[in-house]
Amino acid sequence: MVSPKVRGKPVALDGDRAVAEAIRQMSPDVVAAYPITPQTEIVMRFSEFVANGEVDTEFIPVESEHAAMSACIGASAAGGRAQTATAGAGLAFMWEVLWVASGTRLPIVMHVVNRSLSAPLNIHCDHSDSMGARDAGWIQLYDETVQEAYDNAIQALRIAEHPDVMLPTLHAMDGFILGHGLERLELLPDDAVREFVGVYKPEHSLLDVDHPVTYGPMELTDYFFEHKRQQAAAMERALEIIPQIGEEYGMLTGRYYGLMEGYRLEDAEFATVALGSTAGTIKTVVDELRDQGVKAGLLKLRCFRPFPATTVAEALGDKKAIAVLDRSLSFGAQCGPLFLEVITALFTHGFSPKVLNYAYGLGGRDIVPAQIHQVYKDLIDIDREGLAGPSLRYLGLRE
Amino acid sequence: MSDLVEIRWHGRGGQGAVTASELLAEAALHEGKYFQAFPDYGPERMGAPIRAYTRISSSPIKQHHQVIEPDAVVVLDPTLLGIVDFTEGLDDGGLLLVNTPLSPTELRRELDFNKGKVYTVDATRVALDTMKRNITNTPMIGALLRALEVVSKDVVREEIKNRFNTRVSKEVAKANVEAFDRAYREVREG
Repeated sequence: MVSPKVRGKPVALDGDRAVAEAIRQMSPDVVAAYPITPQTEIVMRFSEFVANGEVDTEFIPVESEHAAMSACIGASAAGGRAQTATAGAGLAFMWEVLWVASGTRLPIVMHVVNRSLSAPLNIHCDHSDSMGARDAGWIQLYDETVQEAYDNAIQALRIAEHPDVMLPTLHAMDGFILGHGLERLELLPDDAVREFVGVYKPEHSLLDVDHPVTYGPMELTDYFFEHKRQQAAAMERALEIIPQIGEEYGMLTGRYYGLMEGYRLEDAEFATVALGSTAGTIKTVVDELRDQGVKAGLLKLRCFRPFPATTVAEALGDKKAIAVLDRSLSFGAQCGPLFLEVITALFTHGFSPKVLNYAYGLGGRDIVPAQIHQVYKDLIDIDREGLAGPSLRYLGLRE
Repeated sequence: MSDLVEIRWHGRGGQGAVTASELLAEAALHEGKYFQAFPDYGPERMGAPIRAYTRISSSPIKQHHQVIEPDAVVVLDPTLLGIVDFTEGLDDGGLLLVNTPLSPTELRRELDFNKGKVYTVDATRVALDTMKRNITNTPMIGALLRALEVVSKDVVREEIKNRFNTRVSKEVAKANVEAFDRAYREVREG
């Protein structure tokens, strides 16, 4: 591994503020955002940067999240770089226009601070908000730490704007746990970020009056279907591009990123699959279990959309038993959305290990090592005795 | 082997428990250490009991959950006694530091708590004398460092000075450092 080209500066920031710094360093043409807990500090801090003249972004304090995404769509179609940030109900309120952004192939970047969806009213973390947007044609990355929130924020722009991709990209960090959690991270120098993101030269733009184009036309039974197929193809290509950009970022910083991260996974017999900050807690349990001679491992998924099915299937296919942890519920479904993807990937690649699905952490319910130990114990049990009881279980629920 | 130290702070909204959790973490940055600082967010309001957490280690910290088995519990407000179970998760290896005029022996009796180490300091008196306000976070950090020097005292002292100098005023910074030093001296072990 080559040594990184730039030295980062160690700082103490919470996830929201780290992302605000990343946006400042990327210096988009337009940021349109509406504050919502627990994303508020991103907007608050970034608007301070604008007010202090530290960044020349046009900041639009819109009246709603629907308007925030609409303003980003307009700015991006005009040929500018556009970004926003939101959480929970704010993301839900954008739902309609998320599809407009992706269908129009606009490389907008969105910073999501995961929050549950009402009712009952709750401001804390789960993944219901971003999972609610899973089919909307956006690339989705998940952050484990504040450092990753910062790193993914910057890579998201490069992924979105890659000519083979041209899809809006979001990265999601767990609300409060990362968003308001103060951690040590390394910030890149401003000019290193500026150089990494480069200058955006859109192939088409509304403001390029010499080459007039139409954005947002009507397509009925004639071409709509083909248009959607192209979006799906762009997602497939993103599976190649995301690790390439992760590699390039690694050369710069020493922190390399792929589609997933295996933690003591290669020779593991029992594996869990998780997104976000919980992956870190699982790593500590994996270490404890390994010390006890249990071959435990973790597959931390970084990229949920596009779903890296072959990568996941190959990483998990030889395991004795696998548990997938979902931080959201799909009411009436047999399982959570992450489980659905993992199982489909395994099945279509010819693997059929024993599997369990856990719903956990809804509304910010803390997930602690003892619960994860229980998951691995369950895996050892089903390997020995076969699956008894439901495959969807609830972790940390008061029953 | 990991040298991870986990601290749980108890206070009431407005007393600076969250600031204390962050201040200690930020000081750890200057020693090149890794850290986490985060509060329990609920309906935040002045006077409501709140908890905050700090983790400090010389290696990267992986876990992301609340502190369950703290090495140290710091109680900023004496009126939480009997309301909040702040000895929860404390074991023989742990320490309890409470802002109270009671002696450690009296506090142990009051709490019926016989584990670990117990420290007390009348931080409310210290805060009122030095800062003329009942904000007990900086004196309680001073007292904590006497009991457990998780970050060097001088580094924290400097961090307090800089933080209040830039965010408030020189006078406030001076009063906070005074409160920090006095509580460091006055804390009692038992």
